[in-house]
Amino acid sequence: MKRKLELYLHIPFCVKKCGYCDFLSGPAAVSVQRQYVEQLIKEITCQSSRFPGWEVASVYLGGGTPSLLGAKDILSIMSRVREGFDWSEDAEVTIEANPGTVTMEKLAAYREGGINRISIGLQSADDGELRELGRIHTYDEFLKTYQRVRQAGFSNVNVDLMSALPGQTLESWKSTLKKVARLKPEHISAYSLAVEEGTEFYRRYHGHPELLPDEDEEREMYYSAKQILHDHGYLRYEISNYAKQGKECRHNLGYWTGVEYLGLGLGASSYIQGVRCHNERDLAAYCKIKMDGEEADEQLHQDIIRLTDREMMEEFMFLGLRTMKGVSGSEFLKKFGVNMWNVYGEVLDKLMKNHLIVAESPYIRLSDFGIDISNYVLSEFLFSSDT
Amino acid sequence: MPSVDQNKIRNFCIIAHIDHGKSTLADRIIEMTGLLTSREMQSQVLDNMDLERERGITIKAQAVRIVYKARDGEEYIFNLIDTPGHVDFNYEVSRSLAACDGAVLVVDAAQGIEAQTLANVYLALDHDLDVFPVINKIDLPSAEPDRVAAEIEDVIGLEAHDAPRISAKTGINIQEVLEAIVERIPAPKGNPDAPLKALIFDSLYDSYKGVIIFCRVKEGTVRKGTVIQMMATGAQEEVVEVGYFGAGQFIPCEELSAGMVGYITASIKNVKDTAVGDTITDKNNPCSEPLPGYKKVTSMVYCGLYPADGAKYNDLRDALEKLQLNDASLFFEPETSVALGFGFRCGFLGLLHLEIIEERLEREYNLDLVTTAPGVVYRVYKKNGDMMELTNPSNLPDPSEIDYMEEPVVSAEIMVTTEFVGAIMTLCQERRGVYLGMEYIETTRALLKYELPLNEIIYDFFDALKSRSRGYASFDYELKGYERSELVKLDILINKEEIDALSFIVHAASAYERGRKMCEKLKEEIPRHLFEIPIQAAVGGKIIARETVKAMRKDVLAKCYGGDITRKKKLLEKQKEGKKRMRQVGNVEIPQKAFMSVLKLDEG
Repeated sequence: MKRKLELYLHIPFCVKKCGYCDFLSGPAAVSVQRQYVEQLIKEITCQSSRFPGWEVASVYLGGGTPSLLGAKDILSIMSRVREGFDWSEDAEVTIEANPGTVTMEKLAAYREGGINRISIGLQSADDGELRELGRIHTYDEFLKTYQRVRQAGFSNVNVDLMSALPGQTLESWKSTLKKVARLKPEHISAYSLAVEEGTEFYRRYHGHPELLPDEDEEREMYYSAKQILHDHGYLRYEISNYAKQGKECRHNLGYWTGVEYLGLGLGASSYIQGVRCHNERDLAAYCKIKMDGEEADEQLHQDIIRLTDREMMEEFMFLGLRTMKGVSGSEFLKKFGVNMWNVYGEVLDKLMKNHLIVAESPYIRLSDFGIDISNYVLSEFLFSSDT
Repeated sequence: MPSVDQNKIRNFCIIAHIDHGKSTLADRIIEMTGLLTSREMQSQVLDNMDLERERGITIKAQAVRIVYKARDGEEYIFNLIDTPGHVDFNYEVSRSLAACDGAVLVVDAAQGIEAQTLANVYLALDHDLDVFPVINKIDLPSAEPDRVAAEIEDVIGLEAHDAPRISAKTGINIQEVLEAIVERIPAPKGNPDAPLKALIFDSLYDSYKGVIIFCRVKEGTVRKGTVIQMMATGAQEEVVEVGYFGAGQFIPCEELSAGMVGYITASIKNVKDTAVGDTITDKNNPCSEPLPGYKKVTSMVYCGLYPADGAKYNDLRDALEKLQLNDASLFFEPETSVALGFGFRCGFLGLLHLEIIEERLEREYNLDLVTTAPGVVYRVYKKNGDMMELTNPSNLPDPSEIDYMEEPVVSAEIMVTTEFVGAIMTLCQERRGVYLGMEYIETTRALLKYELPLNEIIYDFFDALKSRSRGYASFDYELKGYERSELVKLDILINKEEIDALSFIVHAASAYERGRKMCEKLKEEIPRHLFEIPIQAAVGGKIIARETVKAMRKDVLAKCYGGDITRKKKLLEKQKEGKKRMRQVGNVEIPQKAFMSVLKLDEG
């Protein structure tokens, strides 16, 4: 059997930066976008020869707003990806799309390029909340986009939602959830707003918790998402992700279960053969790199970290426990050659005693309370730096 | 070596308010006399501890000998003795002054006379030093040398119309200072053939030479082979080497005779044997009486120092012992705290001294420390007639055994521009000050005199003073004595458990207020746990304040994909790192810095 590889392609452009967004992205002139796409294609060509014996199990075009690019650009990118790598037959290929940037022509190109999953950024069904977030679209515009996506024949669609927004009430959140669930997308991501440093929201809300829903309200919103989506036939399979049976996002599951991935494009992260790194994060510098040979790698790849066995164990635990299935003791043993309880027995005992994790052999998973304070729980699996 | 002509020696120090340019002038003098080239000069040669340079103050007394060829064609030997610049080290200052014959008073041409200027001048005059003023920083746009000269004449009564007007920073008119040292500072006196009488003004431990004594010979002569005796401590030893102070090095010589400043080594193992202020004499030909002014150093401020990692207890002890080799004023003894385990109760000259020791332990010995709230030494008079000196609040006897208590008080002088007099008087009242009087230095500035309890000023008084006067107030104090006071022990309970290391002594009238603030502060400092944690303040078993740290409710990273796992891991690591700086007391993890919370009660 061939070794599984995931590809992430970063498209760092959008119409307008949203107030909460801390991704590496922003508006750019069409000429800049064109130059970037050319460079990205060169990078794909340059990297693809390095992976004989691997087969691509999933591709994810993320952003920014990848749907901002023209139909032709996406086609060129996808055809180069298809040519350059071996593929598994049922590969999942996702593109992120934002209402207001999606046309029938683009959707047709996506299909032609082999894209079979669309992730639509909605965030809220309340136009007031959308304005506050700095989104460029209304709920009606989302609906049009959603219908087009279905018309174009896509049968695997995700909708992104956000809770704990400024001015949001539990009622408006529930209403958003119900409206979207009734549309029956195959997948719904429901994130709590995080006010990240360096964003417009940070300037506005950091140090002003009174302007945001408090923690009790935030948790109520979280619980209601689980309840409402469950009632509509969605299962929570990760802290913030819900899907119909069998429609879990395989690409993201890969991140949480230690599958290797190659990041392509500005700032994209990679994890290959126990090494983590990310690409150059400066757009001008990225575009100047001569994409051939070893030299390209030296300029492209930064913060290269080779994980030790212990670090791999840490990641196995703190990433795996984000999934509702949890981590499996037998997998741990298979992967590291030691028993999970020998390594983490003390931590696991303590967490179980405090009802933060649940053990159902061979799986260990977070309890509901464990999810609420998962940072606390997951940090317990890090080894002290001095031992 | 030919014996040195006393008439060609000048022993002097430079005195100034902080930041008026004392160390910079010292640098310039050393530079101008040609001992070092500009390139060799590390800035501020005399302040040679890193800490001193960072804080811009001199902690230990230092000395340097330089040769100056004056305009009269003669060569003079200058012994410049640098004095510590902080009220914590007042006694050391007085001994350094006693080693001099004169002093150069540096006054900032923009700021004029400040509280320390006055305090230092009075101290110098008390030691019969000839003082002449120098007006520094004339290169500043805000300099007003004429006004400052007039102020020096009016307020201090020193002739100042011909005072050198200099910029130590740019080197303007330094030559004039050197000439004035020759002309206006008297040559030392003393008979080289009389019995030996030398003043110890500092000492230093060197692992090869043993203790190096810094001294001023007042009478007689000391040379290799002389058996010396310290008159107060009684220690005696044969002299191995005498010499003088080059810039940053010790230069041996034949002998030190009356009027000279230099060093003596004699295989002495401990600076405790060579106390600052003690008199050295010749054991075989002793002088009849010691020099006046010797005092045993006493600790003014105490706190508990504990290793953050209990296993480092021995390392901490070794480090304290090493520091003590060079610092006889550092006191420590083992103590045990229920909350913090094994550590030491340490005594210091003042809060600055405490901070310096703490920083040196952390930097030079790489120790992670937990420090308990500093306190002063209280006198507890018991009903059975006994008196105990209380340095650790946990040792306070049961209230039923106590007759009454006393606390140390200081006489303080605060100089402030008149517009802030009201604000400063309010501050002093809040700190239980007793108003003694006020003098106008000039129409816009006043000198306020107060008596203040020491425990009200050791923490943050100086900061409060600065903030309430927009930086214009300056402050000096000296210990006056002990006075009876209504004092109580404030206990802190966390999750119903009394935390001994958090107890402190407080005036009864402010117990409620301090207790309330302490609970509020601890509520901020203690992270949320899986369960609710009550924080209570109590006096004599009665709860007077309460706060609650709510149970942990939410701490979740909603989004974790996009492949940037490294960043997510850093977030978790930060959380884990936080836990390491905690002390487990019962079920509760208390951050180390919480034990210093009492210091920050007046913030915000």
